[in-house]
Order: sequence, then structure tokens, then C-alpha cells
Amino acid sequence: MKSVLKAAVAALMIGVASPALADIKIGSTVSETGPASSLGDPEAKTLRMLVDEINAAGGVLGEKIELVSYDDAGDPNKARTFATRLIEDDEVVAIVGGSTTATTMSIMQVVADAEIPFISLAGALEIVDPVQPWTFKTPHTDRMACGKIFENMKAGGLTKIGLISGSDGFGASMRKHCVDIAGDYGIEILADEIYGPTDADMTPQLTNLRSKEGVQAILNAGFGQGPAIVTRNYGQLGIKTPLYQSHGVASKAFIELAGPASNGVKIPGTAILIADQLSQDDPQYAVVTAYRKIYEEKAGSPASTFGGYAHDALRLLVDAINRAGAAEPQAIRDAIEQTKGFVGVTGAFNMSATDHLGLDLSAFRMLEIKDGNWVLLQ
Amino acid sequence: MTELLQYLVSGTTVGAAYALVALGFTIIYNASDVVNFAQGEFVMLGGMVTFFAWQAGVPLPLAALLAIVAAAVIGVLLNKLAIERAGAAPVVSLIIITIGASIFLRGGAQLVFDKQLHRFPGFSGDEPMNVGGVTILPQGLWVVAVAVMVFVLLYVFFTRTLTGKAILATANNRVAAKLVGINTDYMMSLSFALSAAIGALAGILMTPISLTSYDLGVPFALKGFAAAMLGGMGVPVGALVGGLLLGLIEALTAGLVSSTYKDAVAFIVILVVLFWMPQGLFGRKSMERV
Amino acid sequence: MRLSSKHLTLLILLAIVALAPLAFPSNFYYRIGALAFVNGLAVTGLVILIGFAGQVSLGHAGFAGIGAYTCALAPIYLGLHPALAMLLGTVISAGIAWLIGGPILRLKGYYLGVATLGFGILVSMVLANEVPITGGADGREVPELGLRAALKFIGIDLSNAQFWYAFTALFLLGGAWVASNLHDSAAGRALRALHDSEIAAGTVGVDVARYKLSAFVLSAVYASLSGSLLALMNKFITPDVAGFLHSVELVTMTVLGGAGSVPGAIAGATLLTLLPQALTALQAYEHMILGLIMMLVMIFMRDGLVPTLSRALRGRG
Repeated sequence: MKSVLKAAVAALMIGVASPALADIKIGSTVSETGPASSLGDPEAKTLRMLVDEINAAGGVLGEKIELVSYDDAGDPNKARTFATRLIEDDEVVAIVGGSTTATTMSIMQVVADAEIPFISLAGALEIVDPVQPWTFKTPHTDRMACGKIFENMKAGGLTKIGLISGSDGFGASMRKHCVDIAGDYGIEILADEIYGPTDADMTPQLTNLRSKEGVQAILNAGFGQGPAIVTRNYGQLGIKTPLYQSHGVASKAFIELAGPASNGVKIPGTAILIADQLSQDDPQYAVVTAYRKIYEEKAGSPASTFGGYAHDALRLLVDAINRAGAAEPQAIRDAIEQTKGFVGVTGAFNMSATDHLGLDLSAFRMLEIKDGNWVLLQ
Repeated sequence: MTELLQYLVSGTTVGAAYALVALGFTIIYNASDVVNFAQGEFVMLGGMVTFFAWQAGVPLPLAALLAIVAAAVIGVLLNKLAIERAGAAPVVSLIIITIGASIFLRGGAQLVFDKQLHRFPGFSGDEPMNVGGVTILPQGLWVVAVAVMVFVLLYVFFTRTLTGKAILATANNRVAAKLVGINTDYMMSLSFALSAAIGALAGILMTPISLTSYDLGVPFALKGFAAAMLGGMGVPVGALVGGLLLGLIEALTAGLVSSTYKDAVAFIVILVVLFWMPQGLFGRKSMERV
Repeated sequence: MRLSSKHLTLLILLAIVALAPLAFPSNFYYRIGALAFVNGLAVTGLVILIGFAGQVSLGHAGFAGIGAYTCALAPIYLGLHPALAMLLGTVISAGIAWLIGGPILRLKGYYLGVATLGFGILVSMVLANEVPITGGADGREVPELGLRAALKFIGIDLSNAQFWYAFTALFLLGGAWVASNLHDSAAGRALRALHDSEIAAGTVGVDVARYKLSAFVLSAVYASLSGSLLALMNKFITPDVAGFLHSVELVTMTVLGGAGSVPGAIAGATLLTLLPQALTALQAYEHMILGLIMMLVMIFMRDGLVPTLSRALRGRG
């Protein structure tokens, strides 16, 4: 019976990690693997390369940043455990992460109890509404994405649409908000279809949208392989009504995966996708060009909107530490809240006590795929 | 009417892929009584190895062949290094070994390859064919044709060849099989190689339609397992029918009833079938020795 | 000798739980401990089902999901206190297990596996798709249990992590106690007889169907409590708790530690809860090492970690 004790004690001991001495410790937990890895992978890479870059340039307040990063695999329970570990064991002064809304929600409770500032990389409106004192976020909300898309539809005279969305958190949340605000834009949703995030074929759902009388446009809310397959199936079925996708497909890789059928697809996107088309006097020109250069050099693949969220989160944090003059959680939180006119890859941030996102629709640009490239819609 | 036919096209294509995965389950089960939960990883390897070889300049057919061979080698290694060594371990332990192998292979793929989605072109192009308003991808025809061909070959192999019969004998009673001079170790390795190759084939065929990535093994394994059980584990015709049925139920439910609960309907059908036929549609009644 | 060994096991478990905090450098370790206990509870239930009765389930996370979401929803929709919601969860889980257990337990081996798998998937699909009620895939918040505040009021001031460590430990110890008693009772002997051979057990007069059903219902109650505890501890829950991967994880813990023994399965739960934390230093290799460990344990310790180790120790001593 001693074996029980021995096994258990041995098992307990492995868990002990050695905390290294650090100057300014920043924590991150993102979904590097798992169903949201298409978001988390570029986020994690971005954080690592930016920390290296900042340290090479002399660090913050004369001290180096140490990044402690974990992979929560998109599991909210793991995300909560890692957030606890970052705060209690690694003793970080701030956390960046939460690739999905569910993982973000888990982390939010931990940071609220421990009073540690947290910048989320997930989309849902609920993260910043109602405002939680310790939580901020950098991506536009899914509600804003719906609004931007509906604006464009309305301008084009498309008011009756078919909706299709992934059953994962991203798709379900965006679907909810789009249904919610469609009326405000005079948009009528005639059909509403769902697909599973790992489904191999969505032609049945699209066939239904195609045969629905009066549908003038199709909107797909989703990320990962789903939207690429939806776009291919849309081409296969020869559907002629315009196709709108969400910001969940905002990467160069999407165009390759979706093939020629992606020509004409419209999305609400950020400047990073059209970095080479920005004019020199665009306020985002410098930051977008710089980020794109470093990402493509070090990661060897095209920069995406998701990496941009992580870029802005880390830069916002560093900016706040600089302004606060001290790497203390309370001071950092207050400084983030006072961020004004901070230009990032995603847009210009103006935070306040009542707005922990600080983005307006101006930096959200409608993009269209033309000849295999993202172009800005005028 | 065109709508209904379009659903059927979708269901048959996806169902044929499930059938291939289910056939892979069937072969290993027949040789060892083990349900190999790493089967989905062979599907993943098929797609990923082909893509990376193709991207490195290898012609597509050769890249596909390379992927099939690679998967077969890994299948044999899985048998030699793990299943064979575990020997007479309880079946649940063998299942955990295959789950461990699945996690291991996925972790390896994420290191050796990457975490991005990938695709290579369809074998006969990507231009859909329009048949009376119903659009069919040439790749879809490939999937269905190969699934049927693999089934026929397996049927002939297991009923008409000595080696095939020897594999079945190994499964039925390993000691007796050894006594009549069958090299049971070899038969086991052969089954793993065959099963892995068929899994990889499914992955290669589906990549132009549904893309590939390091983590798509689990959903394929789940659907393939369900299909194999629906048809009756261990029976090739059960795997084929189970796979096609599962694909068709999903597509028809999504098209005609509700796309929200299409997977739920599929599992309810499985539960109902098992309620009336506890061995699946074509399963054999097994005898327990006391 | 036989009797004392059971009590010794429980005492050792109690001692580990009580003494381990002395070596905890921070609150984080209490959280890991609590997670191991929550998993250990569900896994103890599976010992009864898999280890004693010889029935496989690939869908027990479904019951964890029912327990978790009852704690999330009953306080809001029925005005129940979370503690009562937990109780209600076990009643619902037991009821559902009893209803579906009848038909599906007639299935054997992998067929039972796929039927339970189907049940688990149905539960997680309902949780993910009924967004207005459950909050969908993004999850929903769970009310505070409130017990910690009550303890503080009577002078026991624990940190959140400490409280949950102690609270979940009580459930695990209670669960282990019930399971160990069951093991040595007449019912336990009947279950184990049916594990070895259902037909043989039937011929010597064991009511096979009834015992199988009891084991299934009891294990569902364990899983439900484990889900409730997880929900209340995290104060947030997503449909992942009912997912296929969680079901497989629970079975893996059970078999890895040793399906036939309660301490073994708890060790399995602890090991698989700790490993991902211990392997963070090797980040990129985490999954490969985890898979490798699972394979190695099963190849070299066929009956699971604890039974094999304890046999080796006894053989030497």
C-alpha cells in the first residue's frame, strides 16, 4: 500500500516548476493547439517575436520583459488553470491572451479576483459590455462586424439575406448578434443554417440557401476550415448571390484554401491584409508595415488579422507600462484605461472607464477578394 | 427534386469517406479485437504527407503513394512497438495504447509539419460537373469509386485468398491459428499496414474537398467508428453500408430537417438500430465462452 | 487483514490530501489539487462501472455536463440554492442513467461504447445549440456556492483555492469510501463476478441486468457530482465538460491508474491532471510525451499503474 503514497507524492512533485528571476513578467495563455489554433498560433508567434524585439531595443523602463506563455488548447478549464498559474506561481504583472470568448470568460474571473490587468484577443461583445475593471480587448466585436457588413449590404441594395454559421463559439456568437441587429439596418434574414466546425461538406445547407426565394446575399459567420469549405461549395453549386464572410477568415491563407470561388467575397477586415495598398499618409501605415515585415521574416508565413490582435495587445500593454512608470498591476490597469490615440494594426484605440475596447468602426474596412488578393472597397 | 439529388450527392461523397475509415477499423478489429482509435491519425497523415511532398516538388500521384507507404510503415511500427509488446493485456489497455498513439502522432505532426490548413488540387481538376442541375465534383466521384473498389478488393482478399483467411483465423483463435502454422505476428502487422494504408487513402482523397490539418484525425475517427458500429464491427459490408448511411443521414437531415441537429439525428439512428440489432446491421452474433 | 487494507487505503488517501498543502508554494497548487480531486471523483465512479462491472462507457462526460449545467441553470430558473441544484443534478443524472441504462446495457463491449458515446454527444449538442438557455458554445456563468463566505462568518478564513481544495477533497474521500465498501460487499462481489463472465454470473443466480444497471446509475451520480463541482469551482461552464474528449479523458485516467482499484484510478486522475502542467516547460513536445507515457504505462503495466506497482512492491517485500 506504500506504493499509493509513493506514486501520489512523486506525481505531486513533478508539478513544481522553477520560477526564474525576471524583470517585468508578462503572462499569456492562448490556443496554440486545438480547434482555435488558427487564431492562437499566429498570436503566440507574434507575442514571442515582439518581446524579443522590444528586449533587443532596450526593454521597458530600462528592464527586460519576460514572457511566460502557455497553450490552453482552447479549453476554458485549462485557460482558468493557466491564468491561476500565471498569477499565483509565475507572479506576472499582466496577462495577454484568451483566443476564444470561452477561454477569455474563464480568465476574466481569475484576473478580477486577483486584480491583474488582462487584455483579451477574443471577439465577443460580452467581454467588454458590461465593462469589467481589469479586462480589456483589442479585436473589434462581432456585433461591429455584423454592423459593418449590413451597412455594406444596405448600400448595395441587398436587404434579404441567407445566414449560415459555424456551431462553434465564434460562429454562434456572431450569428446571435447579427440576428439581433439586422432589423436596425433594415436587413431581413430569410434563412438560417448551421454547420459543424469540422464538417467536410456544406452543400446541403447552401443548396437550401440557393433555393430560398428572394435571398439576395449570403453571410457566413465562422473561422477555421468551415468558411473555406463553404466558399468552395458556394462555387461548386454555382451560386450567384454575393457572398460575405466574417473577419474570422481575414488571412491570405483563406484565399488559397477557398480557391477561385473566393473572388468577390467581401469581409470586414483590418489594414494588415492590404498593407501593400496603404498610402504613406495613412495613420496606420508605419505600424502595419513594420509588423508585417517582422512577422513574415520570423514566422515565414503571411501576417494575419489575429496576430495583429496580439500585436496591439502587447504594444498597448508596453505603452501603458511606460506611461505608468512602474510595472505594478494597478498602475498598468489605470494607464491602459487612459490610452488615447494609440495606433495599432487593428485601428486607433481610445480607451476610457466606460470603453475597454476603444475602437470605432473607422478602422474596420470592407475588403473584397479580387484576382486572388485582398483589395480595399471604396 | 434537384435539391434532394444534391443532398444525396453530398451524403454519398462524405459517406464514402466515412466508409473508408470504417473499413480501416474493421481490418484491425478482425485481426486483433482492438478498435484502433489512432485510425483517424492515418487519415491525417495521408493528407499532410501528400501535401508536404507535393509542395516540395514531388508529383501528386507519387506524393500520394509516399503518404500511403509512410502511413503503412507507421501502422506496422504501432503494432510492433506497442500492440505486440502489450501482448495479452486487457482490451481496454490496448484501447488506451491506441489513444496514446493518436495523441503522440498528432503531437508529432504538429512539430514535423505545421498547424495550418492545407489543400492540394483534385485529381481530375476542381471544375464541377453539372448533371441536370445537380453539381458534382470530380473528386467526389473519385472518393466513391475508390471506396467501392477498396471494399471489393478487401472482400476478395478475405474470402478468396489464403492470406486473408489466415488473418481471419488469427482473429478467431490465435492459438489455434498458430497451431495450424499461421505466422500470426506477420498477419497482425499486415493488418495494421493495410488498415493504415486505407486510412491514408481516405485522407488523400478528401483533402481537395475538406482540406487537411494536423488535428482533423479525431472527427474522422469518431465518424468512422460510429459507421463501423452501425454496420456491425468486423464486417466489411457493414463498414461500407454504415459509412454511406451515416453520410446520407447527415446530409438529408441538414437539407430537409435541421442543420443544427444533423449529428444528433445520426446518433439517434445508431441508438435505435442498436436497440433492435445489438450487433449492428450486419454484425455476427458472438459467443461468449464460459 | 482484508478489512484493514481497505481502511489503510482511505487513511493514506486522507493523509496525502491533508499533508500535501505543506509542500504547496502557492495557491495555484491548491487549484491543481482540486482539479485532480474533481477528476478523481468521476473516475472513481468509472471504477465501479469499468473495473467492477466490466462495462465500458465513452459518454460519461454527458452526466458531468448534466450535473454542471443543473448547477448553472437551476438557481436561475428554479430559484434553487446551488447546493440543492447539485443534488437535483444527481437526481436527474441518476434518472436518465436509469432510463437509458435499461436498453443500452444489453449491448456488449464496443457496441455499448458507441451507444454511450452517442448519449454523450447528444447531451453536448443540446448544451451547445440551445443558446438562449445554456449560453451555447461560449458557455455561461455559474452562481457562487456561498459556502466559503459562510465559513468565513464562523471564523474559518480560507482563500478561494484552499476552500475548493478542501471541499472537493471531502467529496473524493466520501466517494472513495463508498466505492471501497461496495467492493467488499455482496453487491460488489456480484459485480465482479459479472465482470469475469456475465453468463457464468447469471447461472449462479446473479441478477445480471439489475446489477449492471445499478453500477451504471451509481457511476452516473459520481460523474454528475464531479461536473457540478467543476462548474461551481470555476463559476463558469462550457459544453466542453460534456464533450467526447472529456469522456475519453476520464476513461483514460481510469485505465491508466488501474481500473480495478479505487486508489489506482485516483492516481491515474492525478497523474493526467498534473502531466500537462509539468510538461509546459517542453511546450512543443507536450502532446508527444503525453501520448508516449500513456503507451508505455499500458505496455509495461498492463493492469494500470497502481495495481502493478503495488504487486511489484509486495513481491519484493
